[in-house]
Amino acid sequence: MLLIPCVHCGERDEVEFRYGGEVEPAGNVPSEGATSGSLLKANTAGVVEERWFHLHGCQEWITLRRNTLTDLFGPSGGRDPQS
Amino acid sequence: MSYVHYSALSLIRHGLSGQRYWPRLWRDAQPKASYDVLIVGGGGHGLATAYYLAAEHGLRNIAVIEKGWLGGGNVARNTAIVRSNYLLPESSSLYDRALRLWESMAHDLNYNVMFSQRGVVTLAHTEHDLLKVRQRVEANRANGVESEFLDLPALKRFVPILNTDRNVRFPILGASLQRTAGIARHDAVTWGYARALQRLGVDIIQNCEVNGFDVERGRIKGVRTTRGAILAQKVCLSVSGHSSILAAMAGFRLPITTRVLQAFVSEPVKPLLDTVVMSSTLHIYVSQSDKGEMVFGLAPDRYPGYGPTGSFHILEQSMRNVCAYFPMLRRLRMMRQWSGIIDASADGSPILGKTPVDGLYINTGWGSGGFKATPAAGWVMAHTIARDEPHALNAPFSLDRFRTGHLMDELGAGAVAH
Repeated sequence: MLLIPCVHCGERDEVEFRYGGEVEPAGNVPSEGATSGSLLKANTAGVVEERWFHLHGCQEWITLRRNTLTDLFGPSGGRDPQS
Repeated sequence: MSYVHYSALSLIRHGLSGQRYWPRLWRDAQPKASYDVLIVGGGGHGLATAYYLAAEHGLRNIAVIEKGWLGGGNVARNTAIVRSNYLLPESSSLYDRALRLWESMAHDLNYNVMFSQRGVVTLAHTEHDLLKVRQRVEANRANGVESEFLDLPALKRFVPILNTDRNVRFPILGASLQRTAGIARHDAVTWGYARALQRLGVDIIQNCEVNGFDVERGRIKGVRTTRGAILAQKVCLSVSGHSSILAAMAGFRLPITTRVLQAFVSEPVKPLLDTVVMSSTLHIYVSQSDKGEMVFGLAPDRYPGYGPTGSFHILEQSMRNVCAYFPMLRRLRMMRQWSGIIDASADGSPILGKTPVDGLYINTGWGSGGFKATPAAGWVMAHTIARDEPHALNAPFSLDRFRTGHLMDELGAGAVAH
């Protein structure tokens, strides 16, 4: 259950959003063939930077930090409580 | 610690002493310095792998290491459904091998795993569903997997409590039925394998979490754990929900996304559902346990994560569907809800085989449907580890397929999409 802090609209329920994937520095993504490059995921357990599309809101793409172990958002990597 | 074969005779003999002196099923072992084969993950798949390595390939110096306690992971957090009505020939061969092994498991392990072949019904709610369901039935039959189509009157006779009226958002149009599918007691599977491993001399080591691998010139030498370093000639990762984390420690990436999947059970009631009902349109699967609890499996969360709880809106939507399609369950109280984390592969099929590190093998990517494959996954992984090459059944499920492009796009993978 996520309360996603949209930079434009404030905290909103996750059902308003579409997930857009983990943001990685270009150098991190393996490039050993067309198939593997796109399918091999970092799938990080911990703090990640992710893209979200606020479909039922401002309809903007936003980039947020989330801790995938605790589901907490925040610039410090989710140490800020979400409520 | 002795081993007692379960039989009517042993029951009578222990009855004479008031059933007080049964030996423990298995022993909590201390890690030794080195093993021939080390299985990481004491779930159903890991235990089954160790079992077949010992029982069919004659290896003895084996350990299963588990970061928590035996049967504390996904083997105890699933909805216990076993079926083999998959679409692709490679998948149905693998899952049908599992179904055959399930049928003889209680006998093989000398332990009642309460495997109940009560049938699994897959509902169709739209014309497209109907086409898919019919296609699956025909594909199954062509692949030698028993499957049949139920029209509405036949479905109503088979599952009387199902609402087949048109007063719902997605009226039911028909269903497929695999009569040989069913459910098993998942805890008993764990205990049965653990007891068999005890008899075969395999170490089960709990509270032993892997935090690194020792790799020399591309070959595995051992693992580093919270209970010290353990040398091993071969290591098998069998860690649903944590495969990417361990693969990263070993220096490679997987085509895996980890998601939270939840389920819940109701208070126990008298028998009212003697089969399993699932629907991919509604994202639910429903059965009744032997204790009488109604068991509900839900959809996975829509974003990746290792989080502690599932999304509330998924629970809410599933409840609404349960009330609409099983109206007599409306006033049931839910007793508990839980979630587990699953490793879903990019093409919906499992990964069973070698990794870029020599001597390191992996079993992952089952998404929401790994429990049903437990014995077959163990069987093919044991073959792969013992001979250092995959069996024909798991050769199509190599990790390498994501490099070569020979994907196993299994549309029938889950009761729910993942």
